[in-house]
Amino acid sequence: MPIQYYIYLALALFCIGIVGVLTRRNAIIVFMCIELMLNAVNLLLVAFSQMHQNAVYATNKVTSAGIEGQLFVFFIMVVAAAEVSVGLAIIVMLYRNTRSVDINFLNRLKN
Amino acid sequence: MNNLIYLVPLLPLIGFLINGLGRKHLSKPLIATIGSGTILLSFIISIVLFFDIKATGGKVITAFTFINADAFKIDFSFQLDNLSSLFLLIITGIGFLIHLYSAAYMDEEKPDHYARYFAYLNLFVFSMLLLVMGANYVIMYIGWEGVALCSYLLIGFWFKNDNYNYAANKAFIMNRVGDLGFVLAIFWLLTKTGTVSFNELFTDATLAKLSTTDITAITLLLFIGGASKSAQIPLYTWLPDAMAGPTPISALIHAATMVTAGIYMIARSNILYSMSEVTQHIIAILGIATAFFSATIAIKQNDIKKVLAYSTVSQLGYMFLALGVGAYTGAVFHVMTHAFFKALLFLGAGSVIYALHHEQDIRNMGGLKKKMPITHLTFLLACLAIAGIPPFSGFFSKDEILAVAFAKNPIYWVLGVATSILTAFYMFRLYATTFLGKYRGTDEQAKHIHESPKTMTIPLIILAVFSVIAGFVGVPTVLGGSHQLHQYLSPVLSAEKVFHLEHSTEYMLMGITVALAVIAIFYAINKYSKKPELNEPSGLGKILANKWYVDELYDAIIVKPVLALGSFLKNIIEKSGIDALVNNVGTFVQYAARQLRLVQTGQVAGYIMMMVLAIVVFVLLWFYDASILKLIGKLFY
Repeated sequence: MPIQYYIYLALALFCIGIVGVLTRRNAIIVFMCIELMLNAVNLLLVAFSQMHQNAVYATNKVTSAGIEGQLFVFFIMVVAAAEVSVGLAIIVMLYRNTRSVDINFLNRLKN
Repeated sequence: MNNLIYLVPLLPLIGFLINGLGRKHLSKPLIATIGSGTILLSFIISIVLFFDIKATGGKVITAFTFINADAFKIDFSFQLDNLSSLFLLIITGIGFLIHLYSAAYMDEEKPDHYARYFAYLNLFVFSMLLLVMGANYVIMYIGWEGVALCSYLLIGFWFKNDNYNYAANKAFIMNRVGDLGFVLAIFWLLTKTGTVSFNELFTDATLAKLSTTDITAITLLLFIGGASKSAQIPLYTWLPDAMAGPTPISALIHAATMVTAGIYMIARSNILYSMSEVTQHIIAILGIATAFFSATIAIKQNDIKKVLAYSTVSQLGYMFLALGVGAYTGAVFHVMTHAFFKALLFLGAGSVIYALHHEQDIRNMGGLKKKMPITHLTFLLACLAIAGIPPFSGFFSKDEILAVAFAKNPIYWVLGVATSILTAFYMFRLYATTFLGKYRGTDEQAKHIHESPKTMTIPLIILAVFSVIAGFVGVPTVLGGSHQLHQYLSPVLSAEKVFHLEHSTEYMLMGITVALAVIAIFYAINKYSKKPELNEPSGLGKILANKWYVDELYDAIIVKPVLALGSFLKNIIEKSGIDALVNNVGTFVQYAARQLRLVQTGQVAGYIMMMVLAIVVFVLLWFYDASILKLIGKLFY
């Protein structure tokens, strides 16, 4: 499959993520949109990694080129998982205290 | 011996520092002692040096390197030779007498002003010594500027009077015009020859580097400097106004320092000047014109100091005439004799003013002969000297100048003699109106008039003696002398032009000049001793009394336009141009900051929105940079 398809897909996912973050007021949905953007980047990393490996494979059959991209993705997934657990915990605590997950209502850290 | 040379300018500088810094703490007698004492010491050293130079010849000593920049090197060095040692004697000798005189004349001042006065006076002498002793044009220029500064400070000594301050400003600004010429000449010399040192400059090898145009331009620029310092047309108007200062200052400016600077400088550069015919003609013409022109003004002045001031300008004109025809010795000779009798005249006038409690108008004087015998006698001797009556000093020096003027061009001689007649006339008009006839004040005032104290009359007597005998150093061969001054100065004034006149011609010239002067004297005494002119003059007299309206003319063509330009720049360019620009930049920044502040809302969504937009813009720029550059190129080129 040509690399462009992956790029278009990642771009689409990223844009959906941005628009979601900018427009939605529900904290959980904003959170999901952030995950969406992260995963769009992950997808790109994997796609480029594969492309790189294919290019080198033509001349060198035992290469490990492009493996770094895939390694990055694992790291990002791990960190994202940790972040999600912390973030969701915060949201749960907020909901318990305020009975709301509306971010416009939760801008109390301002000032 | 070399260390003594440093002491000559150093002592007045030390005096200046002590009196200047300690002016709040020193007592008046101590101030006067320090002020006069340093000059007296300088004078004694100058005498020693004079005889040393006479025996061994001139020398240059270098204190340290003043400027050292790749292509050229300027030393802080002093040149002591026949010319400068003579000037040292004049400056320190007459300077000392003036200091002595000032001690009594200024005793009404408060101690700190008294000290300020003596500090300025010492600084003045120091600057003048530096000017005379400098071995190159740059050191000379330092003294040159110092003299201008001190004249400014002293003319405006009584700074609470606005008119005096204007006079001081006028002197300073007119001198700046000349300084510009001097500086340009120095730069020109440096560019073409790479040296400003007199000894290096006045050698055939160095002079060969200068074309005729260069020499003419340099000498003319130097002359502008000399004309402003020595009060020649068109830069002479500051000198009569310089009368605003205390009277001893006028004596110092007119006799020992300041106005002789220009003549000294040209005499010092005599080799350069003799190489340019054009400059010499210009100097001679301006010189004789100044002499005649200011003599006509002096006839109708009623301020005792103004008459003397214009007579100084007139005598300086003679000196420039001598310089212009190449008779450098004659110019220096006249500087010397003039220094004596003009210092005497001013100090005598000061004595009169002191006795009359600052009355300067000769119409309110008269009949002072009996009341002030010493002042009267010395003043009379000085008048005879300046009128050129033999055997007083002025006769010999003026006669020498007139003789060479005749040899060069009889027209110079005719104007010179006319000036000489005018000089005799206005000096004796002044003398007769002041000392002869009856006192024109009230009886009450007449009772208070008395002869001045000894510290004032002693300098008068000493100066009177020299006014009488100083001429004998330059008795011409025609009168059986050998002109010792000429022989003494000949090593320095090597470009001197020697004119040969038949002895019978010389006798005739002398006879005519002296006879006419004597007639003028008797006419003036007859006319003014009984019936002095007390009314305001009319007709030509009014024009003369108003100094040919030269000040008004300068006012109209130079001062007013410059002031108008100044107020235009201040009110239009400065206020609505530069100020408006600066203020508007400030206002805009404040306004922009106020508006931009609103962007920071605290809404995270807004920030992200901006971020995304910025990213989009940058990505677009990055993709389409080539076509954007092309568009900008089209817009601007």
